[in-house]
Amino acid sequence: MREFESRLVLICLFSLLFPICLVRAEQPANPFDSGRPFTVKNRVDEILAAKWKSLKIQPAQICSDGVFVRRVYLDVIGTLPTPDEARRFIDDTSPDKREQLIEELLNRPEYADYWTMKWGDVLRIKSEFPINLWPNAVQAYNRWLWAALSTNKPYDQFARELLTSSGSNFRVGSVNFYRATQDRSAKGIAQAVALTFMGERAEKWPDERLAGMAAFFAQISFKPTLEWKEEIVTWDPFHATQGNEPPPQEAVFPDGVKISLPPDRDPRQVFADWLISPKNPWFAKNIVNRIWYWLLGRGIIHEPDDIRLDNPAKVPELLSYLESELVQSKWDMKHVYRLILNSNTYQLSCVPRSNHPEAEAYFAYYPLRRLEAEVLIDAICQITGTSEEYWSMVPEPYTVIPQGERAVRLGDASITSTFLEMFGRPPRDNGLESERNNRMMAGQRLHLLNSSHIARKIEQGPGLEWFYTSSGNPRAKVTQLYLTVLSRYPTEREWSVIVQTASAQRSLSRQPATDLVWALINSSEFLYRH
Amino acid sequence: MNHGELTHVVLNSEEAVRGVSRRAVLTRGLFGALGFYLGHRWFGPGASWAFDPTLPATQPGKAEAVIQIWLWGGPSHLDTFDPKPDAGNDYTGPFTNPIETNVPGIRINELLTELAKVADKYSLIRGMTHGINAHETAAYLMQTGRMPGDRIVAPAVGAVVSYFKGQPPEYESLIPPYIVLTEPQGRFSEAGFLGPRFKPFATGGDPGKTPFTVEGIVAPGMTQSRQQSRRELLTKLDLLRQTVGDHPQLQELKQAEEQAYDLILGSSGKAFEPSEEPKELREKYGTTTFGQSCLVARRLVERGVRYVTINFKGWDTHKEHFQAMRRKLPDLDRGLATLIQDLADRGLLESTLIWCCGEFGRTPKILWESPWNGGRNHYGKAFSVLVAGGGFKGGHVVGATDKTGSEVVERPVYPTDLIGSMYLLLGIDPATTIRHPQGQMVRIVPTPEEGAPSGGLLKEIMTV
Repeated sequence: MREFESRLVLICLFSLLFPICLVRAEQPANPFDSGRPFTVKNRVDEILAAKWKSLKIQPAQICSDGVFVRRVYLDVIGTLPTPDEARRFIDDTSPDKREQLIEELLNRPEYADYWTMKWGDVLRIKSEFPINLWPNAVQAYNRWLWAALSTNKPYDQFARELLTSSGSNFRVGSVNFYRATQDRSAKGIAQAVALTFMGERAEKWPDERLAGMAAFFAQISFKPTLEWKEEIVTWDPFHATQGNEPPPQEAVFPDGVKISLPPDRDPRQVFADWLISPKNPWFAKNIVNRIWYWLLGRGIIHEPDDIRLDNPAKVPELLSYLESELVQSKWDMKHVYRLILNSNTYQLSCVPRSNHPEAEAYFAYYPLRRLEAEVLIDAICQITGTSEEYWSMVPEPYTVIPQGERAVRLGDASITSTFLEMFGRPPRDNGLESERNNRMMAGQRLHLLNSSHIARKIEQGPGLEWFYTSSGNPRAKVTQLYLTVLSRYPTEREWSVIVQTASAQRSLSRQPATDLVWALINSSEFLYRH
Repeated sequence: MNHGELTHVVLNSEEAVRGVSRRAVLTRGLFGALGFYLGHRWFGPGASWAFDPTLPATQPGKAEAVIQIWLWGGPSHLDTFDPKPDAGNDYTGPFTNPIETNVPGIRINELLTELAKVADKYSLIRGMTHGINAHETAAYLMQTGRMPGDRIVAPAVGAVVSYFKGQPPEYESLIPPYIVLTEPQGRFSEAGFLGPRFKPFATGGDPGKTPFTVEGIVAPGMTQSRQQSRRELLTKLDLLRQTVGDHPQLQELKQAEEQAYDLILGSSGKAFEPSEEPKELREKYGTTTFGQSCLVARRLVERGVRYVTINFKGWDTHKEHFQAMRRKLPDLDRGLATLIQDLADRGLLESTLIWCCGEFGRTPKILWESPWNGGRNHYGKAFSVLVAGGGFKGGHVVGATDKTGSEVVERPVYPTDLIGSMYLLLGIDPATTIRHPQGQMVRIVPTPEEGAPSGGLLKEIMTV
C-alpha cells in the first residue's frame, strides 16, 4: 500500500506539466545577479571604485540574495545554509538583512570551527610526520585556538601568546607553535615565524638576515618529561637545544635594527614586542591581507604569504586602510571581517561585466573557487543526512572519529579520509596557503559523477528521503530541493527542464528524482563558491 | 585551444612560445635529442609549472612502464626467494624442500612451482637490507629511499615516475598514468610534496568479481543510456556554466569532466575489465583478486599506463605464519609467473619493469610458542626482492644472506640502490632534483651524504 502511495506521488511529481504554486517575483537574466548595479557603501568600495574608474573597469552587479546567503555562510562559517535558513533570508524584506546575517554568522560557534581549520593550516597542526605534534598536543593546541577565535582574542594578544608561551605541550596549547615546524632549529623557527606573522618566505632572504632573526629563537628549550611525548617548551639560555655553542648575544630584527639581548629577558618577548607594535610594517599588513585573501580568493598582495618588496600590493590604499582599521579597533579581527563582508565589493556577483584582463585582480567581480575538501564533503553530508568515517592509522591504537563529526572540525591533518586526500586538503607540512589545492582534477570529477561513495549518499541518504517518497506538492518539493542544495529558489526555466525531463522518462521509480539530486550536486553552482 | 594542445611541455621557452606539436616532440625524442615530454591530460593543464625551466630532461629508457607488486605486511624471505633448508626447524620450518628453477643453482620455495619455470626472466636480490622493523617507516623507506623525519615528505617511486614520464606521446586514451589496484597504502601520501596532482588513482572494487567495479568508472546498475541522459540533464541545469562558462575555473572543470566521461562512457574504462580477456588466460592468472589484478595491470600497461601498484595484502603473519603461506604462495605464484610470461609473450617484458617485495622480510627464527604458533615477526635487516623486465636481466641472484637468512653477507642492496636502478632504466637520472614547494631542490634519490646508505646501483643485472 505504501509503495503504491509513493509511486502515485512520484507520478504527480514528475508528470505535472503546469506549475501550481509558489510563483516567484520576476527574475533577472540569471539567478546570480540581483539586477542592482554596484554602489559605494563603505570605504573599501570607495577605494576600489576609484581604481575601477581610472582603469575603466565596470564592476559586476550586486549578487542576488540567494547567492549572498550561500556565499556568506560558506565564507564565514564554512557551512551550507539549511533550506530554512536560506528561505528565511531570501524572503526577509528588511533592508539591513545582509548586515544582520553577517553579524549573526560572526557569532555562531561554527565561525570558530571553520577558522580553527584555516588557522590550523597556517600553523601546521598535525600529529604525525613531518610535524609530529602528537595527538594530545594537537588537542591542546586546537582548544587554545578555538577559544581564541571564539572569543575574538585581539590579534596582538593572539600572536604574543603564540610567540611567548611556556609550559607543557599537553597543557598550554599555544606552546605548540614552536613545535609545529619541520625544522626546530632557531633558523627553522624563524622561518616559520616570518611566514606566519610577516607573510614572508624567509628562505628567500640573505643568510645573515635569517640568522639575525634566528638569534631571538636560539634560547628555546624542549624538555621531555616522564609522560610519553610530553615536552616543556620554555626559555632556557643554558639548556637550549641549539648545539654546544652558547646562544648569540646579539640579534637583528628583520627591519635591520640590531639589538643586544638582555640576559634577564626571554628573547622571544623582545621579538614579540617588536612584532606586534602598530608601527611594525609587516604585522597588521600580513593579517589583513590574509583575511582579504580568505574571503575574496586573492590577496591584495598575492600570493598572500609571499610579501616582499618586489611583490607590491595591487591596491596599496586598500591595504593600508584595512591595516589602520585593525590597529584602531585594538586588533579586532572580526572588525576587519565586518568591513569586508559589508562592502558592496564583497557582495558583487560572480558574473563579470568587464573584459578588462585585470578585472579579477582588482576584485571587480566575485571569484569562483571550488569548495575546500572539508567544506564540500560536509555540504554533501548535510544535504544527504549522511556522515563520513575519518581515521588516523598512526600512532597506534588507530584514531577513529565518531560518526557524524564534520570534516571542518577534525583539527588534525593526520586524521583523514580518501575523499579529503583526493580533494586537495592540505597536508599541513609547511604552512603555505598553496598547500591547499582547490583545483578540479579528473579523478575528483570522476568521483563526484560516478563513485559508489557519492551515489550511496544520493540514493540512500536519509536526509533526502522526504524528496523521494513523501507526498506533497511537486513544485514545492523541487523548490525545497533547490533551497537545500543551491540555497535559492529554482527559476522558471529550470522548472520547465525538470518537468520535461521527468515526463520524457515516464518512469515510476526513484530514478528521475535521484537523477535530479545528482545533477544539482554535480552542478558547478554547487561545487564552487560563487 | 583544445586540451590536447594544453598538455605540451617543451624543451625551452622559445619552443614553448611557438608551441611544438605532440608529434614533433615525439619525433625528436625518437631521434635521440634530449626529448622531454610530459603528458598532462590526466593531471590537468598544470599551467603553474608547465614551463618550469627547472624540470630536468629525461632520456628515453629501456623501461617505459612499471608494475610494482607490493606484498603488504612483509613476506618472509626464507619462505619465498631465499630458502634455507638446512638451517634447522627453528629457522626453516616445514618448507624443507626448495625446488630447482629453470636456472641451474637458483632454488625457491617449493610452493612457487610456476615461478620456478620462468626464473630465467627475473632476478632475485637476496642482499636487500635497511634494518627498519616498523611497517610505516619501512614502507616509506622502500618506496622513497628516505627515512621519515628528514624534513621532506618525499614522493613515492610511482609519483616520481608519473611526474617525469607523464603519459606516453601516442597515448590516445585518458587513463590515469599512475594506478593502484585496489586500495592505496595511504599513510605517507604517495605523492609527497608533489601534491595531489600526482596521487595515484585507486580503483577500489575487486577485479576478481565481474564486473570489476572501478570506483568512479563503473557504477553497478547504471546503464550507459542513463549515464548519457544524466549528463544531458546536468548540462541543461547547470546555470552557472551557462552564464560564466568561459571562466578559467569552469574551463578546468569542463576538461576534467570530459576526461571523466571518457572513462565512464568511452572505451578507456574497458582497460580495467579483466573479463574482456579469454577465459583460459584469466584462469591461468588465477581467479583471485591478486591474480586478476596482475591481468588488469598488464592490460593497463599495454594501453600506456606508466605505473601500476598492486597492493597485495596479508603478509604480516605474526601468527600461524605457515598456514598463511600455504594459502598465499600459490596465489602469488600463479599471478606473478603468468604476468611475467604473458608480458614476455607479447613482447612487453623488455619495456615493462616489475618489482615485487614488501616493506621488509620476516624474522628468520620462528616463534613456535603460543600465541604465535609458528610465527615470524618484522625483519628489515635482510630480505629479498624480485625484479624482472624493463632492462633488468633474468636468471641472476644479487647478494646473499648467511646460513639462517639473518645477515647479508654479500653485496648489500639498500633502498636507494634499487630505486636508483629503476629510475636509470626508466631514463630518469637518479641524480635529478625536483623543486620542493619551499624552494629547495630535492634529489629523487638521496645520497650517502644525506644519510642514505648505498651499496651501488644494480649494474650487475642491468642491460644498460
